[in-house]
Amino acid sequence: MKILVCISKTPDTTSKIAFTDGNKKFDETGVQWIINPYDEWYSLVRAIELKEKDAAVTIHLVTVGGADCDPIIRKALALGGDEAIRVNSDSTDSYFIAAQIAEVAKKGGYDLIFTGKEAIDYNGASIGGMVAELVDIPYVSLATLFELNGTTATITREIEGGEEVAEVSLPVVVSCQKGVAEQRIPNMRGIMAARTKPLQVVEPVAADTLTSVVNFELPPAKAGVKLVDADNVAELVRLLHEEAKVI
Amino acid sequence: MSVLIFVDQTENHIKKASYEVLTYGAQVAKQMGTTAEALVLGTVNDDLASLGKYGITKVHQVANESLNHVDTQLYAKVIAEAVTASGANVLIFSHNQTGKAVAARVAARLKAGIVTGACALPDTSNGFVVRKTVFSGKAFANISINSPVRIISLNPNSYQTVAGEGTAEVSALNVAVDASKVKITAVNKVSGEVPLTEADIVVSGGRGLKGPENWGILLDLAKELHAATACSRPVGDAHWRPHHEHVGQTGVQIAPNLYIALGISGAIQHLAGVNRSKVIVVINKDPEAPFFKAADYGIVGDLFEVVPKLTEEIHKMKAS
Ligand SMILES: Cc1cc2nc3c(=O)[nH]c(=O)nc-3n(C[C@H](O)[C@H](O)[C@H](O)COP(=O)(O)OP(=O)(O)OC[C@H]3O[C@@H](n4cnc5c(N)ncnc54)[C@H](O)[C@@H]3O)c2cc1C
Repeated sequence: MKILVCISKTPDTTSKIAFTDGNKKFDETGVQWIINPYDEWYSLVRAIELKEKDAAVTIHLVTVGGADCDPIIRKALALGGDEAIRVNSDSTDSYFIAAQIAEVAKKGGYDLIFTGKEAIDYNGASIGGMVAELVDIPYVSLATLFELNGTTATITREIEGGEEVAEVSLPVVVSCQKGVAEQRIPNMRGIMAARTKPLQVVEPVAADTLTSVVNFELPPAKAGVKLVDADNVAELVRLLHEEAKVI
Repeated sequence: MSVLIFVDQTENHIKKASYEVLTYGAQVAKQMGTTAEALVLGTVNDDLASLGKYGITKVHQVANESLNHVDTQLYAKVIAEAVTASGANVLIFSHNQTGKAVAARVAARLKAGIVTGACALPDTSNGFVVRKTVFSGKAFANISINSPVRIISLNPNSYQTVAGEGTAEVSALNVAVDASKVKITAVNKVSGEVPLTEADIVVSGGRGLKGPENWGILLDLAKELHAATACSRPVGDAHWRPHHEHVGQTGVQIAPNLYIALGISGAIQHLAGVNRSKVIVVINKDPEAPFFKAADYGIVGDLFEVVPKLTEEIHKMKAS
């Protein structure tokens, strides 16, 4: 059983968001980088749990990015992956990135490919579906539970106003979110072991780039809060009704 | 050349988010000097000709029952064929659960550039540039799509639905549908509740409510407002509320007309999920709570006293 876990590097959730180069680039000054929380807390940890139950499971991590991703990949290996592949490219186009991961996936012959439900920087929520299409296997999105029984996966996925349970034979691509697993902290042994785990760097294959960033913008600042006295709740209702017109 | 809009359905009815994308897509078509057409998969009981009211000239339907459930593999194939058959060069989805599951897959199949989470009409004056939210609502990016077919998925609640007059031509599209490799064994819908991402009003509770036993006052307020309910992450983590109610950077991202936050401090990760709301009301006993900086209206006070009064006042206002 081989699992491929897609890992991406994102700014820490408390990072100040700012841009440089005439608002064409994300300003990385002082930014702490983390593993995208959906990749780390849910898909990677679930893969590790599957390996803990069945020693025959191997976990490969894949990321598409420059050498600045290596610390993140090492951190992910410290949590539990067996080895990692980094496709050396700075592309931000989701089709290009998915094409790289699909190439790794086809070569490696994985039974299961996990992604996070989205990356918290570009919020694309695209890679899983694209990889599944390029590899031509089923894709189940927004999983909140993932169980494996032999070669059949039982997946609970979020739908509008509820959830549904899907059964699918491997191989499958699954995008994971809250519920699939619980966050873990790497321990010292894992951190030591991660140093010597294989991290293979490969060059990207040719693929089209279909989108490009024109620029970024920050939202306009709020005008400021209108405070209403706690003894005058009726006034709040009046403001919401007559001024904001939302009730 | 045309704009094709994917119409999402559930239990044989068109979803609310679909009317929004139909209106949006018709406007994109108008802007590009072309027609707006719709695509409906599965069997639907609603009157499809009436989609003309949203500016649609033609509705393509693949009325195959096996499409009543979303299987991304089947959907991608059928939608891609519909794009080719209708000659569309722009395809539009809602960035709801179905859109998130399917749109990117279709993009890969058609080798079409995609922008997910769009929040405004594309700029088609020179190329095709789509504005989307990034960094979980903390910023916007303008992205150029450079392929012949372009795909947009629109954030729910970011475009005003407008219904006018009109009747659309409904035409059956014959597309072979493969056998599904994904078997749906159960569907659990939370009945009677307003789906969070579709709700106009959301009432949300944080750790300030102290425990699940206190949710009654929040639920009463939500009921009075026909609102959906949400919560902060620690509340979901502690299982005070179901985890699908957790909003924020690592939860659901929403953009209702009105977001009422009760006993939530307003941490940056929480704001990331709700800062696109049109109006934010914060009720918190701590005047220094960071949420007040992101709010439009606020009450500094004890929610256990304020919330029941608020429900009562709204009831009175509605009755008058
Ligand atoms: C990587 C990461 C991701 C995260 N993602 C999310 C996310 O997606 N969503 C999210 O919500 N959080 C997220 N968090 C957690 C976030 O940082 C905060 O810890 C969390 O939002 C706090 O929840 P809270 O406001 O309910 O609780 P608290 O911060 O404990 O705030 C409770 C508030 O209630 C008020 N209060 C108490 N009693 C009363 C009363 N009687 N009347 C009125 N007010 C009262 C208090 O003044 C306080 O402001 C994330 C954190 C990290 C590190």
